[in-house]
Amino acid sequence: MATIEAVTPRVYAGTPRRGPITRLLEDERWLASFLLMPTIVLLGLFIAYPFVKGVLLAVTDTRVGIPGSFVGLANFEKLWHDDIFRVAVYNTFLYTFVTTVFKLVLGLWLALLLNRHFRGKAFVRAFILLPFIIPTVLSTFAWKWMFDPTFSVINWMLFHLGMITGRINWLGDPDLAIISVMVVNVWRGVPFYAISLLAGLQTISPELHEAAAIDGARAWNRFRYVTWPLLLPVTMVVVLFSVIQTFADFQLVYVLTGGGPANHTHLFATYAYQIGVGTGLLSEGAAVSLAIFPVLLLVVIIQLVYIRRVETV
Amino acid sequence: MAQVTMRSLNKMYDEVHAVKDVNLDIRDKEFVVLVGPSGCGKTTTLRMVAGLESITSGRVLINDKVVNELAPMDRDIAMVFQNYALYPHMSVYDNMAFGLKMRKFDKPEIQKRVREAADVLGIGEYLKRKPRQLSGGQRQRVALGRAIVRHPQVFLFDEPLSNLDAKLRVQMRVELKKLHQRLGTTAIYVTHDQVEAMTLGDRVVVMRDGWVQQVGDPMTLYNEPANRFVAGFIGSPAMNFADVRIAGENGGLWAEGEGIRLKVPAHLDNRVGAYAGKPVTIGIRPEDMRVARDSDPPELNIPAVVEVVERLGSEILLDVAVGSVTMVASVEPISRAKVHEQLQLAINPERLHFFDAETEAAI
Repeated sequence: MATIEAVTPRVYAGTPRRGPITRLLEDERWLASFLLMPTIVLLGLFIAYPFVKGVLLAVTDTRVGIPGSFVGLANFEKLWHDDIFRVAVYNTFLYTFVTTVFKLVLGLWLALLLNRHFRGKAFVRAFILLPFIIPTVLSTFAWKWMFDPTFSVINWMLFHLGMITGRINWLGDPDLAIISVMVVNVWRGVPFYAISLLAGLQTISPELHEAAAIDGARAWNRFRYVTWPLLLPVTMVVVLFSVIQTFADFQLVYVLTGGGPANHTHLFATYAYQIGVGTGLLSEGAAVSLAIFPVLLLVVIIQLVYIRRVETV
Repeated sequence: MAQVTMRSLNKMYDEVHAVKDVNLDIRDKEFVVLVGPSGCGKTTTLRMVAGLESITSGRVLINDKVVNELAPMDRDIAMVFQNYALYPHMSVYDNMAFGLKMRKFDKPEIQKRVREAADVLGIGEYLKRKPRQLSGGQRQRVALGRAIVRHPQVFLFDEPLSNLDAKLRVQMRVELKKLHQRLGTTAIYVTHDQVEAMTLGDRVVVMRDGWVQQVGDPMTLYNEPANRFVAGFIGSPAMNFADVRIAGENGGLWAEGEGIRLKVPAHLDNRVGAYAGKPVTIGIRPEDMRVARDSDPPELNIPAVVEVVERLGSEILLDVAVGSVTMVASVEPISRAKVHEQLQLAINPERLHFFDAETEAAI
């Protein structure tokens, strides 16, 4: 006769020293909440609370020192008729679109160059990152000097090359000012594109290029049919980050032009700052900031959906 | 029709001389295998033929035409890579059609050729799938398909089976052989696996440190290795070696070493005689040794102590100690040899190999 005695489950006895907290934490549901706590607190404190506060502020007529009362969508209606706000909206889209195109093209070009083998590759790669790692405000101040009508090194160079006779007021002319701001943004943003895309390129096996070369694809076709499609997911993520950052850009414009001349170079963020903090109309400033939100939400949704599609194909 | 010729082919990297003076004449429809340990220059040689690696000096000719400066696509070759190198974002069909599209074939012709190749390789039902949805063996077939749809002059294979599991590798090996018999396209095949080399190659090129060691058909390499390296590389389990000295005695030659005293067979007297009094290396294949019977002449036996017994079913491998060296003997499966047992192993005198101890060349 076989006995079943041996398989009787053993009772875990002799753990009277465990306290109630220990026992609670051994329950995965409680442990999970416990571990999530720091993240939830941080996100709540620094993301959710300011966001909700901003929304609440935008539907009141609060000013500095005056609590204000509920006014519905009056702030947004006022913005709708605000010419400077319309300029800021136009500028922000133009600024984001133009700089993103240039950053992508130049960044990709640099990445393709850096992906080749040459002497001093590591050095050049580190060098390329410089515009990205210098604090933006500092590098922008340097650019401000280069654009200064009197001290501009660019003017000096053009003058000595015989290309101009008078001074160019880079930041004083409305059209030149927005172009100048874009140039600085591209200068600052290209390294991020170049390094990220380079990282993407390095994940593509060189064997694929060799196979394509044997298959009869010349350089352009190898790029078009092999490199580009394989790099696309990385490109989309890089563009997503960059668009969000560029759309909400503040430092460059604030330091270079402060939104001038005559409010011609304002972006969402600088205009929101000027109204909310500069003028003290907190509620209207909040309304300007909130106006970015739907646009960014749309960008994020479109790109995330696209990335998911590319990745699951 | 495609012959591939290599003349004094050399490849220098900054410090490394990877391929040294390789001369090969590969005939039309021939299946030639380059084999050797890793770093022997076999893959570099193949890549120079493909045009993926620049040629430091020497010439590569395809059909008597120097192709040194031709781009890979203009050499009319197809290559199968170790990691398949399938385009991950393209379907199986597009992977196979890519080379034809790049060469501007019209659509019906592309479809016809891809269909044909897919049928030959048995991957017709996977044409719409992406490479990642395929198993290793299926991916390998797609890579083969991509090569054969182009009807190239030469196939180049760079260790195409090494990523497959052992069973599949044997199966694909047979299929490759059949495919070659059917298509008859000249093929150069690189592998580090001597079994693959022996089974696939019409001729096998053994390489080491950038030098060609020997070129020959599989049985020639096995029976008449040109040097100690080839002798040790070809054959599994590997040939046994022992250092001995040649001594002349009683009108015959004897190979004497630690724990070994063998009579040199008379037919080798002429060649080995020149080494009388000098050190040489003898080579004995495991399959040329067996447990001695009483009738075996004692001057062709070596005493051994069994260390490990490996029963493989069709044969038994005895790892034995002979003096201070370890040898492997492949004996009949009925052998009752036990660990620690002392026994005499009889050598087949017809198949004894001698190598110069210094140059390692066969004597």
